[in-house]
Amino acid sequence: MSNNTQSAPALELSRIAKAFGAVIALTNGTLALRSGSIHALVGENGAGKSTLVKIIAGLYQRDSGEFTLGGESVDFTSTAQSKAAGIAVIYQEPTLFPDLSVTENIFMGRQPTRSLRRIDRKLMRDEALGLFARLGVRIDPDRPTLGLSIADQQLIEIAKAISLDAKVLVMDEPTAALSGVEVDRLFAVARSLRDEGRALLFISHRFDEVFDLCDTVTVMRDGAYIATSPIADTTVEQIVRQMVGRDVSALFPKEEAVIGGDVLVVEGLTEAGVFQNVSFTVKSGEIVALAGLVGAGRSEIARAVFGVDPYSSGKVSIGGQPVPRRNPAAAMKLGLALVPEDRRKQGLVLETSVARNATMAIRQQLTRFGLLFARPETAAAREWASRLEVKTSALDTEVGTLSGGNQQKVVLAKWLATQPTVLIVDEPTRGIDVGTKAEVHRLLSQLAGQGLAILMISSELPEVLGMADRVLVVREGQITAEISRAEATAETVMFAATHAASEIAR
Amino acid sequence: MTALSPSPTVGSRIAHGFGAFVKARETGILLALVLVIVAATVKNPNFLFSSDGFRDLLLTPSILLLVAVGQAIVIITRNVDLSVGSVLGLTAYLTGRLFIDVPGIPVIAVFAIGIVAGGLLGLINGALVAFAKVPALVITLGTLYAYRGINVLWTGSDRINSSDMPASFLALGTQSILFIPILTIIAVVVLVVAAWYLRNQRGGRELYAIGSDPDAANLYGLKVTQRLLAAFILCGALAGLAGVLYAARYGTVNSQAGAGYELNAVGAAVIGGVAIFGGSGSVWGAAIGAYLLLTINRALPILGVQDFWQRAVVGALIIGAIVLDRVLALRQARRLVEARDS
Repeated sequence: MSNNTQSAPALELSRIAKAFGAVIALTNGTLALRSGSIHALVGENGAGKSTLVKIIAGLYQRDSGEFTLGGESVDFTSTAQSKAAGIAVIYQEPTLFPDLSVTENIFMGRQPTRSLRRIDRKLMRDEALGLFARLGVRIDPDRPTLGLSIADQQLIEIAKAISLDAKVLVMDEPTAALSGVEVDRLFAVARSLRDEGRALLFISHRFDEVFDLCDTVTVMRDGAYIATSPIADTTVEQIVRQMVGRDVSALFPKEEAVIGGDVLVVEGLTEAGVFQNVSFTVKSGEIVALAGLVGAGRSEIARAVFGVDPYSSGKVSIGGQPVPRRNPAAAMKLGLALVPEDRRKQGLVLETSVARNATMAIRQQLTRFGLLFARPETAAAREWASRLEVKTSALDTEVGTLSGGNQQKVVLAKWLATQPTVLIVDEPTRGIDVGTKAEVHRLLSQLAGQGLAILMISSELPEVLGMADRVLVVREGQITAEISRAEATAETVMFAATHAASEIAR
Repeated sequence: MTALSPSPTVGSRIAHGFGAFVKARETGILLALVLVIVAATVKNPNFLFSSDGFRDLLLTPSILLLVAVGQAIVIITRNVDLSVGSVLGLTAYLTGRLFIDVPGIPVIAVFAIGIVAGGLLGLINGALVAFAKVPALVITLGTLYAYRGINVLWTGSDRINSSDMPASFLALGTQSILFIPILTIIAVVVLVVAAWYLRNQRGGRELYAIGSDPDAANLYGLKVTQRLLAAFILCGALAGLAGVLYAARYGTVNSQAGAGYELNAVGAAVIGGVAIFGGSGSVWGAAIGAYLLLTINRALPILGVQDFWQRAVVGALIIGAIVLDRVLALRQARRLVEARDS
């Protein structure tokens, strides 16, 4: 390890708070990065890691707290400022210009120039080649970045960071889309950057990588700092405990339901590069959770089952009836319903009324002579709104003005109105308050009690552990573990979500 | 779309340059232009080989070329400026008024005022797009009507006649130096400068970056607002210059001068391979597109194509260019993925 870990921090954040309207993303972001060190930042999805990174990058401005760089207080209002101060950020999703060449992408905005402020293309190209040689990779510097693999795009981001001579390098889940060899190459680069005396922040969900690469680890939970410890003094178990932190089983009293036969059967679902060989069943009365990290491919699987997204091979059936590919209307007829992840964009038409939204999925049944009248629409909407206790003064209120929790209830009402036999809910309680959360959980539990088969995608461990009869863990597009309710704990689920199937079997 | 030279030896650089030329998107459109000229000349040799024919060939598209260059720069940033025809009309009338209301005003001052006026109108477009965050299509559709409305209000039924303007000014629109019309020389100089800037200056490359991915441009810390303003100001200024030259070339200006130029300019850019979603294409392409568009209009009657088919041919050309771009883009994307996997 490095010998100057005791020096003053290169970058220090303390008690950073940040809220977006009513949503509080960070209450206490605290972090100290030292030169010549690779620092890990871990936490559950939604713990506030990415918000913290965006504050470091100058993309967001903190509401309160201290942010110092090299001992001096800084206040970035743009990414250009943080860049000029020597901070390079590699985001989860690489941000390149697809039409421009690899070289131009590295140097955009600060190309070397010669007389008449002309861009010195030859020098720029040579420097790019030099950077790639140093990284030990071969990428054609003249090709456009369109069509490059995520791994190559990330290497370009790193080349960019090195050419900036960044003192602080932040990598937000850089390994999420990389293969083993690519990860090794990235780590070799990261170590050499550390040995040059730069400070690195490494965000990852993979504990093996954290322990392999980093020397210090900071844990965050619910937008707040929990602990920082040298990697040598901690264990995976301890970190997971710090990440999860609370007593999780008491929150959601789940009603016992009679579990019947298989309703939704998915066999060998595959779409190259998205998910592979996904097979599972959901029985009537059962709540099955799809757990895993953001980007593991859970939503994509759900969307493919419902027919929104394509899949190249595999079969889906409901009650023995095959569900055709890429045909959501047919899936709905067969009794499938999907409450999508992003309710504002995919679940609701924000500018229209509660009544119209709630009856959107059964519009065809409400028409008379092909025309849609307000009266049957309102009547149908009223029934569901009252059953779900949607809090709104009038059914003609614009949906966009409701709170997140009530919006989610309207989306649920829309789909329950179709009287489905299988309900897929994607992040059913994301961004809604605790009280409504409990109501949604009670509702899901009740529906299961009435014999509905429920497939629930959730990134919140307590929700998964509290609600699910069975937990299927998805990692990188594959189901790596099936855990029964009795065996499901934060540790087992987290472990499965961050380790390959072969390691779990050991 | 042109690649950088891979090695410094002269021979390979020439070979590479030739390869890039053959592959470039602009080459196809240039071939089409040559084809049209050859076909029309075979049918009627005067199309190219009379002094009038040669002059018209160069002269007719020159004003559109200026407007198309500005338009291409704006389209490269993933915006569009539909108000250029109205800007051209306003500055053309302004030009006439200056000669009438300020007797003895130097020609160079009229040019300067026309360019600045066009730039100001462009600044209004740019500011509305950059600060109000309204899509350029909507903003400039609005200013298309607004600027034309101001023009009608100001001009009324009045009209500028060639007798109102000095002969030395009008000569600019009709005379030639070494058989090349002055108007064409001005347009080509502007074209070369714009092309050089877009290729060799940071600001030019950043325009491509902004059009390629606006969000990434923000994350890079590029001065997006400043660059967008500059692009719209430049587009307006070029339309202003075109307005001054319009007055010189045609001698008469009424309140409808320049109507329809915006569509020709967008058409020229698209035909010339400037991607309508920004990020790629060149002003060379837009310039050749402008020549093709107007030359076809003149060639079709000679080739015996009836009047009412002419617009349909132009339409087919635009659709053909867009389909071709799409096919090429898909093919390139596939090729790039294959190159990565191999």
